[in-house]
Amino acid sequence: MGYSFTAPAKNWATEPIERTEILWITIAGSWCLFMFVWMIAWHWIGNQNMANEAYKTTTDTYAKKVEDFTAKYTVRQDKSDPSLPVVAPPPGSDVYLAASRWQWRPVLELQKGKSYRVHISSLDWDHGFSLQPENINFTAYPGYESVITMTPNKSGTFAIVCNEYCGIGHHTMLGRIYVKE
Amino acid sequence: MAITTAQSPFRTDPLTGLRIDLTAATLVKVNAVLAVVFLLVGGTAGLLVALTRWPAVHLLPADLFYMALTVHGIVALMVWIIFFEIAVLYFVPTALLSCRLAAPKMAWTQVALMTIGAAITAVAILQGDSSVMMTSYVPMNAAPHFYLGLILFAVGALIGCGVFWGTLVIAKEEKTYEGSLPLTVYGCMVATVIAVFTIASGAIILIPTFLWSLGLIKSIDPMMYRVIWWAFGHSSQQINVTAHITIWYTVAGLAFGAKPMSEKVSRTAFLLYILFLQFGSVHHLLSDPGLSSAWKIFNTSYMMYLAVLASLIHGLTVPGSIEVAQRRNGLNNGLFEWLRKCPWGNPVFSSTILSIIIFGFIGGITGVVMSVEQVNMIIHNTIYVPGHFHGTVAGGTTLAFMGLTYYLIPVLFQRQVIMKPLAALQPWLFGGGMSVFALAIMGAGTLGVPRRHWDITFAGQALGYEWPGLTQMFMAVGEIGGVIAVVGGALFCLIVVGSILMGEPVPADAKNIVAPPADAGGHKEIGAGGFEAPGTFVLAMVLFVTLVLYYFVNFKYLATLWTLT
Repeated sequence: MGYSFTAPAKNWATEPIERTEILWITIAGSWCLFMFVWMIAWHWIGNQNMANEAYKTTTDTYAKKVEDFTAKYTVRQDKSDPSLPVVAPPPGSDVYLAASRWQWRPVLELQKGKSYRVHISSLDWDHGFSLQPENINFTAYPGYESVITMTPNKSGTFAIVCNEYCGIGHHTMLGRIYVKE
Repeated sequence: MAITTAQSPFRTDPLTGLRIDLTAATLVKVNAVLAVVFLLVGGTAGLLVALTRWPAVHLLPADLFYMALTVHGIVALMVWIIFFEIAVLYFVPTALLSCRLAAPKMAWTQVALMTIGAAITAVAILQGDSSVMMTSYVPMNAAPHFYLGLILFAVGALIGCGVFWGTLVIAKEEKTYEGSLPLTVYGCMVATVIAVFTIASGAIILIPTFLWSLGLIKSIDPMMYRVIWWAFGHSSQQINVTAHITIWYTVAGLAFGAKPMSEKVSRTAFLLYILFLQFGSVHHLLSDPGLSSAWKIFNTSYMMYLAVLASLIHGLTVPGSIEVAQRRNGLNNGLFEWLRKCPWGNPVFSSTILSIIIFGFIGGITGVVMSVEQVNMIIHNTIYVPGHFHGTVAGGTTLAFMGLTYYLIPVLFQRQVIMKPLAALQPWLFGGGMSVFALAIMGAGTLGVPRRHWDITFAGQALGYEWPGLTQMFMAVGEIGGVIAVVGGALFCLIVVGSILMGEPVPADAKNIVAPPADAGGHKEIGAGGFEAPGTFVLAMVLFVTLVLYYFVNFKYLATLWTLT
């Protein structure tokens, strides 16, 4: 009687709980409650939070937005890949990034300390937005356009690595963001 | 206990005194052997993946790498584990409740459907146009029979749950047991409740996706797919957690004569799993667009972390019950005499205790931290994620299943385990290798290295990116750990198959390899400071402090990033 693999003692539901367990449950339970509150509180006390802004869209509509945005603010072609336009939008403006097999377009040039409303969506399959070396990671999928307000706090060259598997060319899928002082 | 069934032959196992229903035993053996065969397949695919992501080796070309990774995910994470779980579901109620198995023909249907389903999906993947990973996110598409195989496999698993429930009904009606269900049976029952939810979710999303792949449905919404698929994909891991924790309790009883410290606490913790564990599916959607923070926080906190609390409880009570049993049997000196004098060379015990440690310290701590809405932004889809779940599913579930297998070989097959010294080493190889693998690739993931990626050097890419210097080291050390784990896994398969085919018969007068010792101490004073399990409490506090520190380290790192609102 009373082993895990035999019937429990008849009074199992009323047996007192041993001190080790009571103390542990109290400590663990308090920590669980703290984590719950902290995750909510970080939305006010922290500067890194998920945006709650997203829109339904279509791949055609979104592709058009990216095209218009690129045409409006292109400043040069990228030195590393001359086929890619480098787009320098004014601070505070809406920025459109499109993921497609297998590229993040366009290349952006942002200013340190300025905020941008960065729109992210995919034109075909699910893709990943992984900004390196910051290591900020979001998901992009077709038909949904998310808007994240980003304020770079460092200057330099940042890579966008696709980290959602998207077919045979997945490991060739990259993008780039330049941040100027 | 009364034996009322005439229609089903049985034998009384000399080792354990358990009444083994022969029909059930055959089905348990078939499912367990199929499980081990698939473990071999999944492990082999895992080896190919590890040897490709090891930068110095980079074995496979890209197409074969993605194919091997798809095979590894589906076979090692789903097929091996669910076959083994069905074996457990057939063994536990029949043996522990001295009952016959309900509807053996349905059970054979389960075997057939799951085998055929797994085979069809495997063929689809090997044909080359279904390298879509286990997650198979739409609109990326696989061949129709890729989905069909998964559906058949899931239907088979659902039938297996039905047979389990039918057996419980028979046991109740035929009064083969008295009082409440044993904790082990109760834990299995919890696992099947979660399994039914899981399989229903899988059906809801995979059947339309199958029809879509045939051209009968125009499109599947990518967000809807992800939400429902993860109710299947993550919940299936919750079945595993429930199953392997049930096995922890069982082995603690079998190996030490341990009794749950409090049936009430342990059963309530299992109940919390039924109520709250499924919410965890949303962990995978934390960095997705279109879902609100409130919804994400409610779900991924498992409703205020009540399911996490349940795991923390099990993590204390299982080793705590072992400590109490050891102390009652005279190992009552100091904090850790009971632990030092555990049978570390017995693979049944070492697999179980390593499973508890790896699941808690590696899988558990990282799982809690990475599932924080904000922290997830620095972890999502990096190779940290596979690091985490190899701590839970490979180091936790698979290792626990290995331990139970060592116990069941003499009971079910009436054969002794062969190559005992190697069997003693095997859990350490597998658990040790898996721990190195998990920790090292989590290091790489912290530096941003993506998962499911063939070439992180970005060779020939105009926009290529060079990772921080430590990355190569983390990847190399990790994959070497992975290879060691595969060697440990292969050794397990070899020992199991070898024991079944060539093991010495169990002698008629044999005592069990592990058996509950007599409860010598009775109620004598044990422990220290009014605590019956002070050693376990100290170990639990080590886990707790590690968790708290690691939690805040991640927020510290997060706070240095670009401002994101």
